[in-house]
Amino acid sequence: MPATAPARTLTICKIMSSRKLKFGSAINETLHQLMEQDSSVFVMGQGVKSPWYVGNTCDGLIQKFGEARVIDTPISENAMSGVAAGAALNGMRPVMNYPRLDFMFYALDAIINGAGNWRYMAGGNASVPVVFWGIINRGGEQAAQHSQAIQAMFAHAPGLKVVMPSNPYDAKGLLVAAVRDPSPVVFLDDRWLYGSEVEVPEELYEVEIGKGKILREGKDATVVAISYLVPEALKAAEILEKEGIGIEVIDPRTIKPLDMPLIAGSVKKTGRLVIAEGAWQSFGVASEIASRVYTQAFGNLLAPIEKVCLPDCPAPASGALEAAYYPKSEQIVSAVRKVVRA
Amino acid sequence: MLLIRLAEECLIGPILSREVKTPCHLYTGQEASAAGVCSALDKEDQVFSNHRGHGHYLAKGGEVKKMLAEIYTKETGCCRGRGGSMHLIAPETGFMGSAPIIAQTTALAVGAALANSIKKNGRIAVTFFGDGAVGEGIIYECLNFAALKKLPVVFVCENNLYSTHLPVSECRPDVPLYEIARPFGIEAAQVDGNDVLKVFEAAVKAVSHCRSGAGPYFIESLTYRMRGHVGPDDNIQGEHTDIRPKSEIEEWRKKDPILKFENYLRQEGICTFDELAAIKKEIESEVSEAQDFARNSPSPDANDLQNYVF
Repeated sequence: MPATAPARTLTICKIMSSRKLKFGSAINETLHQLMEQDSSVFVMGQGVKSPWYVGNTCDGLIQKFGEARVIDTPISENAMSGVAAGAALNGMRPVMNYPRLDFMFYALDAIINGAGNWRYMAGGNASVPVVFWGIINRGGEQAAQHSQAIQAMFAHAPGLKVVMPSNPYDAKGLLVAAVRDPSPVVFLDDRWLYGSEVEVPEELYEVEIGKGKILREGKDATVVAISYLVPEALKAAEILEKEGIGIEVIDPRTIKPLDMPLIAGSVKKTGRLVIAEGAWQSFGVASEIASRVYTQAFGNLLAPIEKVCLPDCPAPASGALEAAYYPKSEQIVSAVRKVVRA
Repeated sequence: MLLIRLAEECLIGPILSREVKTPCHLYTGQEASAAGVCSALDKEDQVFSNHRGHGHYLAKGGEVKKMLAEIYTKETGCCRGRGGSMHLIAPETGFMGSAPIIAQTTALAVGAALANSIKKNGRIAVTFFGDGAVGEGIIYECLNFAALKKLPVVFVCENNLYSTHLPVSECRPDVPLYEIARPFGIEAAQVDGNDVLKVFEAAVKAVSHCRSGAGPYFIESLTYRMRGHVGPDDNIQGEHTDIRPKSEIEEWRKKDPILKFENYLRQEGICTFDELAAIKKEIESEVSEAQDFARNSPSPDANDLQNYVF
């Protein structure tokens, strides 16, 4: 090894200042840095001062930035979401938190009509740079009204960008990009990912909205996995490798706009596609990806596309039913075997 | 009240040991609200509840066995293990359902009252919600519509002074809560929610008001939850994060609605100490039998996952 190598490595480390962070810590650091850098950024939502709601994601914010910029709100999702959109219209960059995604149904009018439609309605003469940050919080026998993942509903409405990071690195980079974006961005993370720990640079950086990532290359089938199913897809890849099946794992990271060149390009190479999304199987993001791949890579497909999703059924309470309800690596493995053997 | 208390307290150990996983929002300390209001109702009247619904379910006549089996998420539970603690439903008892999205069931109660008024069946509907719920716009929309159509619905706001972690003073201006009903011309009263007789008295008045066709009624029941927002306490990862002052909790412990009523019964010579002890013993054995039933019941079959969707 050349004598200069260690010094060079050291320089790179210094520039990147990377260390391992968990999901919640990555978000916490990002909020601190964004609020320090830009006085128009502020955080609001139910429970932002309580770790019971938001884990450590908002630690220290109120102490550093005060109650004017860190607002623990009454339980008023509809009005508070409109308030966030209104503040965004007036020069601020709010991050509106929903510690439990299921309460966002109350906020749909403000998010879709108040934020998503606004710029177009104004003929481009207004922008609503707000981030609606919802946390998917499921499992643990919480049942129907405390378990839902509704990214498809946001992605369906025009004017909203939707991102779903699957790891702390993307969480930081996508949150920075979302806050700086002139459009309203729905940022959805999943509590099941909060244990994940990866290298995260200390500095602010952006993960470009609309850009997916190939996490593992493979030639036999493409697996597009979203959010909590990304680590499950990587586990599936290990299992399948032992059977001699190589899968290409893609994390789109952004739901809207979708990185179709990346996805279609991979399918053109492998000829087979499995889409894994932890949301209801009908009319969802997985269905949209399948539809676009059929349009853009029909001639390359060697087997019908398989989806690994939740059944069209509300989340059950019983752990015995939950085990059958939420797909994991096992279901991805079965779906890949099916497309490969078709 | 004692049944509610014991049926919930039997869950403390199982929640801590994770034998019970479904999130339980315990009602300890608030029993007089459910018992006082539901005692003023007929069996045919209807109750809608929120995430803290065990007490409302039992007070309306729900079977303790089926409730505990539901909390153990077993096939024998009132919702066949699909609903868990936060989604208890037992229409056969008039307990129309509980759900955790704040204030959502208030609109359902107003809808039930609308149906009752169209059917002219004389039934009334009750919606239980907390002080946190008055942050939701839907509450005001419901008050307006119920008043406009003179619907037979009783709004019962259990003001336990906390919206999860936030004291009520950080959620709303310092104006008596029950006054939110007044701009709609709805008669409203505030009662000591830890005095079951006072709650009962207010509920009797509310029910007769509704039955007479005079429209909705609003009761603010001033009370306190003795346990955490969810689970036995608000400990998070071993840290005691309950922001409530210990002295405040101790003050309210002295106002325990069950102790208060027991003292009343003894002072008035209605029950002796021994009689009260015998009642307690009887309820303890009913709860213990129900818990055994819950523990020994089968879990739902995974093959039945998609039953009951349509």
